[in-house]
Amino acid sequence: MICINIEKKLKAYSGRQWLKINHEFDDGSITKIYGPSGSGKTTFLKIIAGLLAPEKGVITVDGIFWLDTSAKISLSPQKRLVGFVFQNYALFPNMTVQQHLEYASKDAQWIQHLLKIGKLETLSDHKPEHLSGGQQQRLAILRAIAIKPKVLLMDEPFSALDPKMKSALIADLKALFAELKMTVLIVSHSPQELEGLVDGELVINAEE
Amino acid sequence: MPLVLPPSVLGFYLLIAFSPQHGVGKWLLNTFNVQFVFSFQGLVLASVIYSMPFMIGPIKSALQQLPASLAQASYTLGKGERETFLQVLLPNIKPSLLTAIVLTFAHTLGEFGVVLMIGGNIPNVTRVASIAVYDSVENMDYSTANVYSLILFSITFIMVIGVFIFNKAHAKSPLE
Repeated sequence: MICINIEKKLKAYSGRQWLKINHEFDDGSITKIYGPSGSGKTTFLKIIAGLLAPEKGVITVDGIFWLDTSAKISLSPQKRLVGFVFQNYALFPNMTVQQHLEYASKDAQWIQHLLKIGKLETLSDHKPEHLSGGQQQRLAILRAIAIKPKVLLMDEPFSALDPKMKSALIADLKALFAELKMTVLIVSHSPQELEGLVDGELVINAEE
Repeated sequence: MPLVLPPSVLGFYLLIAFSPQHGVGKWLLNTFNVQFVFSFQGLVLASVIYSMPFMIGPIKSALQQLPASLAQASYTLGKGERETFLQVLLPNIKPSLLTAIVLTFAHTLGEFGVVLMIGGNIPNVTRVASIAVYDSVENMDYSTANVYSLILFSITFIMVIGVFIFNKAHAKSPLE
């Protein structure tokens, strides 16, 4: 179980706002996170991953403290090892599809399996600049899953996919999430996008 | 500081600092038997100190222009700062890196003030091409000065054109 109780100052156009979240996520759950633009959804994911620090708060995963600001505990992103799908994909321009996955995992069989799920087998020697937006997004998802994380954070991961590809990928990912017993948090703007995939919701609203 | 300091001033301070008569220079000579004043090693050291900012500036600026999410993505994959730098950041600033290396090299090749101050003008030891040009002109030997100048000009011209072609091949059109 992931227990989160954090407070983080946000810089907003209208002045300072606070992101305050106190929530628990069950093991293996898939939660949709939504809220207005600028409410701190991406910030929330980055705090969990250890890429940003909140002003105050505690994060425990299966009883292990990842963060406790009062005790000055903060595990590095490398130790938390969460899968993270960035909104801008954050693909490495110097690496091919295959090299992206090899950078994340040394398991050749697992890499082949992922390439098949993402339908990128024939594009394995292509660099990101030669992939379409949808293909880049699939690669970003596969790279995050390649490390077999216990916690997977996805920031609008399906926005560039066509409906057919989206539903096929979601079906495959659902099976994969269950197989790897991943706890998944997905930021999404579209109300229907994650139907049939998620089993919980968290609404984020920044406070004055 | 080396970026804004007149080369002769920097060379003078290095000459004083590495003088074998006192201070650091004396210690280096007594401990490691190394003398930086009027030696080729001294030229290399002084050139590194003088030219380093010309190298660091473009590289730092190129690294700052990379999206922060690249390093962040690498960290979430369990990679440390060193591996991230070598495998993700450095390969993605290749054109800037090459530009910095070539321009710094070309800049060092033509350096005069620092080199003359710390190295002097000792034939076959510290006489570099730029000093040889000056020396030849002073001796009214214009044909030798012309040969040296032409060599320096050709080397730097080829390097600059090479960098220009490489960067043009790697540059993306804003309309892409």
